[in-house]
Amino acid sequence: MTSRLSAITLNTFREAVRDRVLYNLVLFVLLLVATAPLFGQISIDIERLVLVNVGLSSISLFGVIIAIFIGIGLVSKEIEKRTLYTILCRPVRRWEFIVGKYCGLVMTLVVNATLMTVGFYVALLVTAHHLTASDARLLVAVYFAILEFLMMTAVTLLFSSFSTPIFSALFAFALFVIGTFADDLRNFAAASQGVIGLILTAAAYVVPNFASLNVISQVAHDQPVPGNVVLFNTLYALLYSAAVTAGAVLIFERRNLK
Amino acid sequence: MHAIEIQGLSKNYFVGFWKKWALPALKPLDLTVESGETFGFLGPNGAGKTTTLKLLMGIIFPTAGAARVLGHDFHDPEIKHKIGFLPEQPYFYDYLSAPELLDYYAQLSGVPSAGRKQRIGALLERVGLGDVGKKQLRKFSKGMLQRVGIAQAIIHNPEVIFLDEPMSGLDPLGRHEVRDLIQGLKDEGKTIFFSTHILSDAEALCDRVAVIHKGELRGVGVVNDLRSSSAGKTEVIWQGAHALAAVVQYAMESHVTGDTVRVIAQTESLDPLLDRLRQQQARLVSVTPLHGTLEEYFLSKTSEQEPVRA
Amino acid sequence: MKATRTIITPAALLLAALFTASVFSLQKVEALRGKEATLEEVLYLPSAKTLKRLSLGYTGLLADIYWTRAVQYFGSKHGQHSTRYDLLDPLLEITTDLDPHLIVAYQDGSLFLSQPPPWGAGQPDKAAALLEKGIRNNPEYWRMYFTLGFVHYLDRHDFKAAQKAFEDGANVPGALPFMRVMAAKMAENAEDIGTAITLWQGVFETTKDKMVRDTAVKHLDSLRADAGIAELERRIKLYQEKTGTLPETWADMVRVGLLRGIPLDPSGAPFELTPDGAVQVRDPGKFPFLGQFEKK
Repeated sequence: MTSRLSAITLNTFREAVRDRVLYNLVLFVLLLVATAPLFGQISIDIERLVLVNVGLSSISLFGVIIAIFIGIGLVSKEIEKRTLYTILCRPVRRWEFIVGKYCGLVMTLVVNATLMTVGFYVALLVTAHHLTASDARLLVAVYFAILEFLMMTAVTLLFSSFSTPIFSALFAFALFVIGTFADDLRNFAAASQGVIGLILTAAAYVVPNFASLNVISQVAHDQPVPGNVVLFNTLYALLYSAAVTAGAVLIFERRNLK
Repeated sequence: MHAIEIQGLSKNYFVGFWKKWALPALKPLDLTVESGETFGFLGPNGAGKTTTLKLLMGIIFPTAGAARVLGHDFHDPEIKHKIGFLPEQPYFYDYLSAPELLDYYAQLSGVPSAGRKQRIGALLERVGLGDVGKKQLRKFSKGMLQRVGIAQAIIHNPEVIFLDEPMSGLDPLGRHEVRDLIQGLKDEGKTIFFSTHILSDAEALCDRVAVIHKGELRGVGVVNDLRSSSAGKTEVIWQGAHALAAVVQYAMESHVTGDTVRVIAQTESLDPLLDRLRQQQARLVSVTPLHGTLEEYFLSKTSEQEPVRA
Repeated sequence: MKATRTIITPAALLLAALFTASVFSLQKVEALRGKEATLEEVLYLPSAKTLKRLSLGYTGLLADIYWTRAVQYFGSKHGQHSTRYDLLDPLLEITTDLDPHLIVAYQDGSLFLSQPPPWGAGQPDKAAALLEKGIRNNPEYWRMYFTLGFVHYLDRHDFKAAQKAFEDGANVPGALPFMRVMAAKMAENAEDIGTAITLWQGVFETTKDKMVRDTAVKHLDSLRADAGIAELERRIKLYQEKTGTLPETWADMVRVGLLRGIPLDPSGAPFELTPDGAVQVRDPGKFPFLGQFEKK
């Protein structure tokens, strides 16, 4: 089982790496980070702050975009191109296929984020001429971004297991947007009564909560993120991702392919 | 133990706005294939051949029925170590090279890493792709892809191999080479189940064939037997209608058009028949031996008839 | 393919020509729309809440963008010597809602707001409110109390509020001792040049904004000129007491030992003596803030 899982994971990673689109996106982000100090010159005194905001926001946002971009085709492309036929005739279980694909994309995103973070720190070094302890704490934001990727990949994979790429992209992006103002959703739910209140509360928990994972402003102003916040958010992200991936497995398990 | 045992396997697609109309793609199928047999699954396009194979591979799920492969339930993932599949007009991950693809599939099929590389190299040589190196599959021609397809079907040395239209889209040279490959597998004692609509291929390779039409099994037979049923006849054409009376006892069929007569007779009776015609001073036009072909069997089974159980 | 070859060159030339022409026509359109055109577009400012949602959680980044807009808005108005800075406060409110810890927006933004037009928006009350918001969100940043005190003292002329601001600021751990000194000064309830100089000096040293620094320098020069004039006029009175007449030139004062040389104003030009014993600067244009304080 593990050798099949790792084979599918690595192959998914390899496919993403050989996809030239990925390089364009990464290049774009690196360019963005490189030009951020210029932006800071218009806004006096906040060069570092602007660079941190641009850098961390780019790592987060573009990671999500890549997760969606590649995620929508993870399963549907294999069905469309019928490359799945020669996979399913082997001892591969359908759930192994789904989980392997998930892990492969997550691996891609983590490697991506690492590269962008390195570029970001280089830009930071160039602007500030030396790095301090507070610069190291910025990594917490990157870690939380990776937690976002875990959840976003699971969501996109879920849609990919039964829907076409275009709809998957729309639904996934919609869920991301709603997820960023999950706090508002919770407030609406708290303020509503009856059935609407129940529905909204349910929605507030079903939708991925990205609001609590965005700590960029905090770390930019060198405010510490408490350890238990990190712990519980990690737990939430892992559990949510596992649940959604299980959903994808369920959908895919008895699906008649074309 | 049969290599493949299919019992009442059927598939209906539900169509229409409310998905209520049942469109039968495969009517209940009963079929067995023995170990070491090369079994041909014949039928025109859309007859249900690919549906059957997809059902057996677990790509789609049956409406009813069951099947066993090498004694195990056909959905059991463990027997998939021992079966290989070449889909129709296969498509592979075009960003991989041939060795990478085979290595990936070998891993998934549980081929141990020791010696895997050599096995892949040897296999690529065997299917005539020894010199492709690191070229990505997106650059392969159709014929090359078909060979990769066969390679991936046998990389893990399965006992039973399923091929869906293995010759489709190949030029005559390609078809010849694929035929040779299948013959080689046959010689190794593998069980081969392949679907095709090209009868000459089935005739050359198969021990037994089944004919399927419009989702229904129409007949199963041993190739040699089917062939010989229409073998041993000769067609004689001459001018001199008066001579017919003298040879009518040898004629199984006769047609007269003006003064030209066309007769089909047993090859054994050819000599006395020709003697008689000479005596009658008939003018011979042609003497053509008829070889029985699968085609007749096929055509007879795919005309509108009552279905025959195997 | 000779046919396609011959069409490529003229097509490329046509493309270049058409594009250049379109650039020129667009410039003409922009000129016709006039300088205030951007005001209309920007008048529709979404609320901070909406922006927070639109930012997809990247509020820090959006705050930086809005701060930049605020600075550019202020800069262009300032450069035009405009008397209306209507959008400044809304922009600053949005910025600080998106990032409550963007200190520079409170510090420099409040100064943009409090300065009288055409130097600033002339809204010292709004400036004070902004600073109070900044203090609420960043209670450990004692320098904001300084700026608050500045605004209360110099722009709102509310000495009691200024005193409170300096006292509260002095109580913040890490505050420099001069905060308490300033609080005491506020208690004297009068505007004097020395205090004003200290305040503007403080602003000059802490801000990195060029416009604010320029304003501070101009204020400091004017204040020093004012101080110079006051001192010179005091000495003229002494001369009058001593000699019974008004001096005609600075040399007269030097002869009696009341001056050591020709007094120069902060710009390096000599002060001028008027026949009725008053002192003025040669070039008032260099001291736009002259005379804002009553002579003591």
